Amino acid sequence: MNKILLIIQREFLNRVQKKSFLIATILLPLIFPAIMAVLVYVAIEQKKNATKEVVYYVDESGLFVPDSTRFIFKKFEGSLNDAKKALQQDESYGLLYIPPFELSNPKGISLYTKVNPGPSEIGNLQSLLENRIRELKMQKFNIDQKVLDSLKTDVSIQSVNLSEGGQEKTSNSTVLFGVGMTCGILMYMFIFIYGAQIMQGIIEEKTSKVVEVIVSSVKPFQLMMGKIVGLASVGLLQFVIWIVLITTLSSVVLAYFGLEMPQQQMVNEMSQQNPAMQNQGSMEFMKMMSQIPFTYVIFNFLFYFLGGYLLYGALFAAVGSAVDSPAEAQQFMFPITIPMLIAYFGLFTFILDDPHGSISVWLSIIPFTSPIAMMGRIAFGVDDWQLALSMILLIAGFIFTTWVAGRIYRVGILMHGTKINYKVMAKWFMMKG
Amino acid sequence: MEALTAKNVTKRYTNHLALDQVSLTIPQQTIFGLLGPNGAGKTTFIRIINQIINSDSGEISIFGEPLNEKHIGTIGYLPEERGLYKKLKVGDQLIYLAQLKGLSRKVATEKSKAWVKKFEVTDWWNKKVEDLSKGMAQKVQFISTVMHEPRLIILDEPFSGFDPVNAQLITREILELKEKGCTIIFSTHRMETVEDLCDHIALLNKSKKILEGSKKQVKETYRSNTYWVEHKGLFSLSSDKYELIEQRNLEDTFFKSIVKVHDNTTPNQLIRDLTEVTEVHSFIEKIPTMSEIFISLVKGGSDE
Repeated sequence: MNKILLIIQREFLNRVQKKSFLIATILLPLIFPAIMAVLVYVAIEQKKNATKEVVYYVDESGLFVPDSTRFIFKKFEGSLNDAKKALQQDESYGLLYIPPFELSNPKGISLYTKVNPGPSEIGNLQSLLENRIRELKMQKFNIDQKVLDSLKTDVSIQSVNLSEGGQEKTSNSTVLFGVGMTCGILMYMFIFIYGAQIMQGIIEEKTSKVVEVIVSSVKPFQLMMGKIVGLASVGLLQFVIWIVLITTLSSVVLAYFGLEMPQQQMVNEMSQQNPAMQNQGSMEFMKMMSQIPFTYVIFNFLFYFLGGYLLYGALFAAVGSAVDSPAEAQQFMFPITIPMLIAYFGLFTFILDDPHGSISVWLSIIPFTSPIAMMGRIAFGVDDWQLALSMILLIAGFIFTTWVAGRIYRVGILMHGTKINYKVMAKWFMMKG
Repeated sequence: MEALTAKNVTKRYTNHLALDQVSLTIPQQTIFGLLGPNGAGKTTFIRIINQIINSDSGEISIFGEPLNEKHIGTIGYLPEERGLYKKLKVGDQLIYLAQLKGLSRKVATEKSKAWVKKFEVTDWWNKKVEDLSKGMAQKVQFISTVMHEPRLIILDEPFSGFDPVNAQLITREILELKEKGCTIIFSTHRMETVEDLCDHIALLNKSKKILEGSKKQVKETYRSNTYWVEHKGLFSLSSDKYELIEQRNLEDTFFKSIVKVHDNTTPNQLIRDLTEVTEVHSFIEKIPTMSEIFISLVKGGSDE
């Protein structure tokens, strides 16, 4: 037992003392908010400082009323051809040509530019014209703006989650979808990254032949467990640092942007373009964020990370012990990754869309898919019995894979130059002490 | 008390028998040569002693006690395929390996510092193994094998990878360890090493032990009662007590003959008989080398 601790400690120190660990652990949580902050900052600054471009217009209809929020419109007196020539010698952005048109069927409006216009520029001009035409039509039909406004109604369904205790929680499925997706993807990535590291470590020990010295001092199973648990402790440390760093950083960023989350900034940006959302946007979002049980999600994430990692880590260890090089490992990794891929694609196709559907529930209970599938569901709320069953099965699952892996490992690490296939591995598994 | 006794140790792998009823006795404070061609079962036997694998049947006891987990610290093992953690510093590596053998961190640190000093490699303490040359890494590995003061040391091809200077250093170290009371098991193909260092030997071939005993005994058993004689002038032996195997000219009238003596005739008798027929210049018993014994036994075995 004491020796397992030694191996765990060694494995832990080996990883933690590496520069790459420090970089990944400290920089990663810095990089994401930093990128986000920079983007938001740039977007805001750009909006503020953007110099408006000049657009000439030739209006033969006499109906156009320029609006200078986006462009500076200058009326060009003269024919279209003169205007085109003028545009070519000018610094201006473009030339809008409005021929005489019927309100019911506006045709022939053109924009001449020297560079290809982006969709937002075209869209801006189009909506400008559309609004103008609507106004004219309303005048024609004698409709008052107030009447028109009163015709428009916004309906938003407030989704309220009635828990068994009778408490009501307002939920927003979009936010929950986001939380589920993020957790699911992170889980997939972490299990993969850490599992691959175990495999790599074991292949290194095997190819450097140090393993024979080690197994003359400890049992192969102890060595394998020591490595797996050692790496798990590295993973946990990394998570704790990340959670602390992200929490601290987001509150700093929050304070800087005047108590607004960076995501919320973006929500606001979006709602500006869509006036209907404007009123609800920020308040609702803050409310939603506070409704998500972050502690609950984080706790479950850690549990499923550990469980999923131990389950898959053991399988990765078995593969690492059997092969002589990482290249050789590829073919055995594929079958291991299939259940993970099923859960991963399931996440996008049905788990997040229908978190309480029967396939989603079963995927979140079966140990091989549960870490990813359960993460997709967790924010939506999961029945206690399902969570308990899933957790128990996950624990049973990793005990099982560890047992299988241990039997392959003890033989595999001492075998060199053998041609490996599943039959050989099965033989090792069956081999007695 | 014997350092190691093995009784009818058998190990079967799926499609072949690696050890077939092998029994051995290794006396204390000796250097024991475990010999045999490739694939004879030496590594399997060594792995069983190191409890890396278990035997199917048979018993092994170490210093009178049945082999158990406590013996891990009693044994030092240098495998044929050398290996250390490449990314780990020499100092950390030695301490870690000694701790795995059961030493406390404090003792492990003291011991590894002392050994590093003894081998004059103190500057390597903070170097990663991947930055060392092959010979340097071998020294570090040798230190890790003997550092926890094992009473039984198993060395598999200990001299491979060492230059003559370091090989001599290791030889001196091995003899010193024996003086201190250690028992050393040598597994090797190099017969000159066996000739120089080993007190006892055992020969494995095709999973079976085919020879065991002290070097002297073995040589005694395999002496062929053959003598080399250098002499002046030709001779022939008419007696059926002797057999003249070969006779060749060295220079002028000098010849060298190989004479085999049949039972119950002493070398003195041969000399007496020879002086009557020729002028004897030298007379040596042709003692078989370990190499010759090895080859004749292994080849004889394969002819069956």
